[in-house]
Amino acid sequence: MNNLSNLTLVETVEGIKSKKFSPSEVLSSYEERIKRSKKLNCFISETLDQAKKEIKKINIGQNNLALLGAPIAVKDLFCTSNVKTTASSKILENFVPTYESTVTQKLWDQGAILIGKLNCDEFAMGSSNETSYFGNVINPYKDGKETLVPGGSSGGCASAVSANLTVATVGTDTGGSIRQPAAFTGIVGLKPTYGRCSRWGIVAFASSLDQAGPMTKDIKDSALLLEVIAGFDSKDSTSINTNSSFFFKNLSKQIKGLNVGIPKEYRVDNMPKEIDDLWSEGIKILENCGAKIHSISLPHTKYALPTYYIIAPAEASSNLARYDGVRYGHRESGRDLIEMYENTRSRGFGDEVKRRILIGTYVLSSGYYDAYYLKAQKVRNLIKKDFDDSFKKVDVILTPSTPSAAFKFGEKKDDPISMYLNDIFTVTANLAGLPALSLPIKHNSKNLPLSLQLIGRPFDEQTILNVGYAIEQEVKFKRSISDWWM
Amino acid sequence: MSINKETVKKISKLARISVSDQQASKLEKNLNSILSFVEQLNELNTEKINPISTISNQKLIMRDDVVKVSNQKEDILKNAPEKNSSYYIVPKVVE
Repeated sequence: MNNLSNLTLVETVEGIKSKKFSPSEVLSSYEERIKRSKKLNCFISETLDQAKKEIKKINIGQNNLALLGAPIAVKDLFCTSNVKTTASSKILENFVPTYESTVTQKLWDQGAILIGKLNCDEFAMGSSNETSYFGNVINPYKDGKETLVPGGSSGGCASAVSANLTVATVGTDTGGSIRQPAAFTGIVGLKPTYGRCSRWGIVAFASSLDQAGPMTKDIKDSALLLEVIAGFDSKDSTSINTNSSFFFKNLSKQIKGLNVGIPKEYRVDNMPKEIDDLWSEGIKILENCGAKIHSISLPHTKYALPTYYIIAPAEASSNLARYDGVRYGHRESGRDLIEMYENTRSRGFGDEVKRRILIGTYVLSSGYYDAYYLKAQKVRNLIKKDFDDSFKKVDVILTPSTPSAAFKFGEKKDDPISMYLNDIFTVTANLAGLPALSLPIKHNSKNLPLSLQLIGRPFDEQTILNVGYAIEQEVKFKRSISDWWM
Repeated sequence: MSINKETVKKISKLARISVSDQQASKLEKNLNSILSFVEQLNELNTEKINPISTISNQKLIMRDDVVKVSNQKEDILKNAPEKNSSYYIVPKVVE
């Protein structure tokens, strides 16, 4: 069996449990592909040797484990005990955590095996995976002869799932970092409600926005993985104490009578026709499934990105103050303590990270706090209210995931604003703390995937998964990748 | 509001990131483009709106104060760039 890496997470675990194939056979098939896929630069660390030892300890009889024998690589933003965790930054180049993040611990507790740590934008700051200290990740989709960005910040995660280098993965999403790369690589990405999953042990970027979530080959896998990683954690005071949910068991494509909102403000200027058409197709599919379509208004949508680019850098400047070259991470020398700090941070952080720290420092500094940070916190409230009002009328909101398909390297690198605009449809869900799902619908004329996004009520991941499941059954999307890099 | 090179140098100092003159010029341009982008928010009247710092309205949950083994000194010091027995070493602070 050499096609085991084509299987979904659900199929893989079922196959292992029913003894169609062994966990070692699954692992070998991933190992072979990983070894032949270095060009994509998805992995910062591989832990295949360790995984081979771990896999021998698996007891196939443990039918109660949801991820039994599943080989999983995770974003290198999750701290993994005794395995190097870099956040794709020089400043953490040699950092080896002594503890395990709650989300990844839940994977191993359910029988999954760590096979490596995946490349991402430095400290998850970027939308093209071009800010990583460890180099660009390449999208397995290509535009003719030209390579494309995988999106970001979870670009290594997205390319790895899309190219069958991991059966599924967990990423993190602060402004679109799960959903935008998922859209660029033709996979399913889910950002859960803020507080649904513990943030403990995840390298922090913007604490009021960060959330971990599944990146998978299909909706069923997404539901299963979310079920595993969700839950209150006493180590994260912002994780929410709700009843556990059986997203996988309760998955249903029955969405008749469901009210779907189409926000007119998301029809932005210069939206490419292929994205507009994609959106119309999505509406038609949902109508055919028996859903009711409503035009809605989210009037403060255009202010979401400016709000985000005050709040996220402000929180980042505070969170990243800990990297001082004293207790862990990279250190540069200096004549005195202050100079050591300044040299360490100047050489340890990349340009985009420094830009955001400086913006954050400025908007929080005395004399500017009210004009920027406080103002943004107020507008954030208006954005949240827009959604509160809409969800009185509709159950779910349908939008495109991204304003375009995957783009080429260097295209937006030197213009921060044009890079930031990538997150125009995704960032609102982070500001309002809502669950949102990106799922692939079709390929465009250049054979690149295009995706739609579903935004749900707080803690109603089940509805967006169900609607996603219904759409998935209709569109029957299949990734179309030629393994050109092998 | 736009910032000049002096301000870039000042906030770099606050953020403990050294910048050269050349970097400061580039940053001045970058940061001003970001600031003019975020200043769109001034179009909105927010006088009567409450600021929110988080979406969650959950009250902090109390837990029992139980002793657990975590963050052992020897483990933590393994990641220190420079150390001596149980101490971090930093450049001299007091003359």
